[in-house]
Amino acid sequence: MSEANASATRITPGNALRPEDIAASHAVPPPEAAEYALWLGDDSLILAQRLGWWISRAPELEEDVALANIALDLIGHARSFLTYAGHASGRTEDDLAYFRREPEFRSAHLFEQPNGDFARTIARQFVVSHYQWELYSRLQHSTDATLAGIAAKAVKEVDYHRDHSLQWVLRLAQGTEESRRRMTAGLKLTWPYVEELFADEPLIDALGGAAVRPSSLREPFDAAVAAVLAEADLEVPAVPGATGGGRRGVHSEHLGYILAELQVLAREHPGASW
Amino acid sequence: MAAPAATQHGSPDVDAAGQQLFDELIAQDSRIEPRDWMPEAYRKSLTRQISQHAHSEIIGMQPEANWITRAPSLKRKAILMAKVQDEAGHGLYLYSAAETLGTARDKMTEDLIAGKARYSSIFNYPVLTWADIGAIGWLVDGAAICNQVPLCRASYGPYGRAMVRICKEESFHQRQGFEILLELANGTQAQRDMAQDAINRWYAPSLMMFGPPDDDSPNSKQSMAWNIKRFSNDELRSRFVGMIAEQVRALGLTLPDPDVRFNEDTGRWEHGPLDWEEFKEVLAGRGPCNAQRMERRREAHEDGAWVREAAAAYADKQARRAATATEAA
Repeated sequence: MSEANASATRITPGNALRPEDIAASHAVPPPEAAEYALWLGDDSLILAQRLGWWISRAPELEEDVALANIALDLIGHARSFLTYAGHASGRTEDDLAYFRREPEFRSAHLFEQPNGDFARTIARQFVVSHYQWELYSRLQHSTDATLAGIAAKAVKEVDYHRDHSLQWVLRLAQGTEESRRRMTAGLKLTWPYVEELFADEPLIDALGGAAVRPSSLREPFDAAVAAVLAEADLEVPAVPGATGGGRRGVHSEHLGYILAELQVLAREHPGASW
Repeated sequence: MAAPAATQHGSPDVDAAGQQLFDELIAQDSRIEPRDWMPEAYRKSLTRQISQHAHSEIIGMQPEANWITRAPSLKRKAILMAKVQDEAGHGLYLYSAAETLGTARDKMTEDLIAGKARYSSIFNYPVLTWADIGAIGWLVDGAAICNQVPLCRASYGPYGRAMVRICKEESFHQRQGFEILLELANGTQAQRDMAQDAINRWYAPSLMMFGPPDDDSPNSKQSMAWNIKRFSNDELRSRFVGMIAEQVRALGLTLPDPDVRFNEDTGRWEHGPLDWEEFKEVLAGRGPCNAQRMERRREAHEDGAWVREAAAAYADKQARRAATATEAA
């Protein structure tokens, strides 16, 4: 492993897969697994892009470090999933990240939601990390060896994200009146986008044991989240779910702006190497 | 945090004995540690230097963070995020080192926000293109390393030790910056032009990072006597010029200074005149981005106040709950 790579990516012990390993493996996914890898890769990519904004703006230096760490982990997961997905069509992670159009992205709407204040960012991370932990802890047993390998690395990292966000949910909920009000508002703004995470698309039927059925994660997710919210003396928000559609390329209004910023430089210099 | 050595002053006997031990330690080129007696001027000078250094790391996050969302590849994005994260980490070690001298981090932050404390002027220049990220790594971090490697031997222990780790990470950053420029230099004409333009803009400001010429540097003499500073501003600047004059050739690009040459007689690298008026203007707050950098730091601090208050209130409640539980048991 070169030193240049060592700086950017935290090293996970064991045989966990890194993006560079996947690029070198040339493992070609079946088209359905490639599509599924796009779902998961785009979720992480878009959220990393959102979290990157916080670096140099967080409430404490320790949070600049923590949010940067989470964003880095997510970028790592995105690179792995996108590299694998790209092998099905001869494209690189950067071809997929920088040169797809909005309807070709597969992120769920939750990942596209604005940062808002710190409480809203934490609410989004709280949901995402609990969802991703339930997902990856099962996906590490996927019949698709590459997806299983990526998930095995990711689940250990997401476990820390889960701890980080739930610690903040407790602190903000039971800190001051203002923080409680903001935490409650953050959860309320986040909750309409929870339902989409657990919707089964036809793709899942085609994947069999390679994927994890989203609806099967709902119960464990609800239980884990309810336990934290009960400790924080907060209610699970009773708000109607939004329609979603990210897995079919129908996105929130936010994604266009996110991609404009993400892709601008790469698209100014098509074919260039960086 | 209480000042560890605050009670040591006052008695003339203690001061005289302390001064003698301090002088001996400095003469032996040994280390001063937080609990040791030290002259107030030494404490004050170090607190100023270390906190300025910490502030520079924190303000220095902003210019590079400006490109995190637009980094042109995912690998570069990850490397840049990790780099800006390292800078937050450096700020944390340095604030901790400064705290051992008896000034709390909150106080240092307040001084920065209030505009009472300085940070390195280099961060008041704008980061306009992706190539600037390369030039900052190569030139700005390169100059910082030339300045900071000798600080690993600074007489104050916590500062010297913090610098060891910081220098390792900085040298990593410098190589990453050089690698960005190398990739651009070997790329399309537009990328090459972008790289040359960035070097043209960052060259002089990075040379001025070593501070004013030796005959105009009021604090240098005392710092050298205390074994905090080991080489003069001009000595370090000359070393740096020599280093980049060699490296720029590997890039196939040029330094915007026809007067760069090695002087066989003095054995030192020389460079053309620098615009010290511009340096003073930026130092006085009239640089391109001074107001912007301060506004961002103030905004992040003020917007985050409710979060810090919440964390403190929560910790208080937990402590009270634990105390009640102990009493009951």
